[in-house]
Amino acid sequence: MHELSIVSSVLDQLDELQKEHEGARFSKVGLRVGELAGVDVDCLRFGFECVVKDTHWAELALEIEQVARRQRCPRCNAEFKAENWATACPQCGEAATITIAGEELQIAYVEVEE
Amino acid sequence: MSQIVVEKKVLNENQKLAAELREKFRQHKILVLNLISAPGSGKTTLLERTLERLDKNKRVVLLTGDLQTENDATRLAQWGFPVKQIITGGTCHLDAKMIEKHLAAWPLESFDMLIIENVGNLVCPTSYDLGEHFKIVILSVTEGEDKPLKYPSIFVKSELMILSKVDLLPYVPFSAELAKSNARSVHPGIQIIETSSKGDGLDEWMKWLEEKLAAVKSGELVSA
Repeated sequence: MHELSIVSSVLDQLDELQKEHEGARFSKVGLRVGELAGVDVDCLRFGFECVVKDTHWAELALEIEQVARRQRCPRCNAEFKAENWATACPQCGEAATITIAGEELQIAYVEVEE
Repeated sequence: MSQIVVEKKVLNENQKLAAELREKFRQHKILVLNLISAPGSGKTTLLERTLERLDKNKRVVLLTGDLQTENDATRLAQWGFPVKQIITGGTCHLDAKMIEKHLAAWPLESFDMLIIENVGNLVCPTSYDLGEHFKIVILSVTEGEDKPLKYPSIFVKSELMILSKVDLLPYVPFSAELAKSNARSVHPGIQIIETSSKGDGLDEWMKWLEEKLAAVKSGELVSA
């Protein structure tokens, strides 16, 4: 699966970030993964462990925040969580609502040990 | 302990490249489609039937991805349109870099349409933007009607669903209505065309293509 390439993209970006923060020891990276991102969080954790093991990131911890899919109704402006992938507006019944969250695949933060 | 706020897309590099590709496609007014399905749903067959019907003056070019072999490119080359095989060597999806690399030798200004046949996989290709106008998902009637519920991301992100192999409907326990309603439950706006290699739905599919081609040429359709 592509979780391994996602892990290496994360580590590449951390290498870049490390250059901007020379000498800082990154202890944890926080990722944000949306329900629509097409990423299996368990695979991502497993892939992360496998990849970092033999690198200079071996001590890096991983935290994943999962983001549920949220929709906005263009008719009545209601915002709601799309439970079981149902996207019709629970308030007014509008079928075509807009996705406002759940597509994230982001590096949110890194923690630095002083 | 302190924190550095990063707030960057993990696939930043891919996203940047996809944006560059999208800009090139816009400049040259090329319609770009990204075909995604499970292995064996009929991506290559749909393309064969499409190329067979296409006006030979249409300037169409194809990239087809697989883990190994040139088989699909060989199949598709028969109709005289330029085709290139992308062998990913094990990678389960195409990314923007592969597209850029394989397009490099082609003069983009002389094409009207690029069709990308992704690696057979309903999950991973969903995450990688290739700069396309539309993702198209293919579901065949020999699979389960609940695929849109099991793999919702790709159905949410696709403009069009092709329900393929409908000529087999009399022989398989598959409800086309249920499959369509499942797709619409995860993506109410999804367009659906039922096709078969025997010719069902192909006029409708060709009409869809012609409309999108015209919209890109007129500048009415710009990919965001």
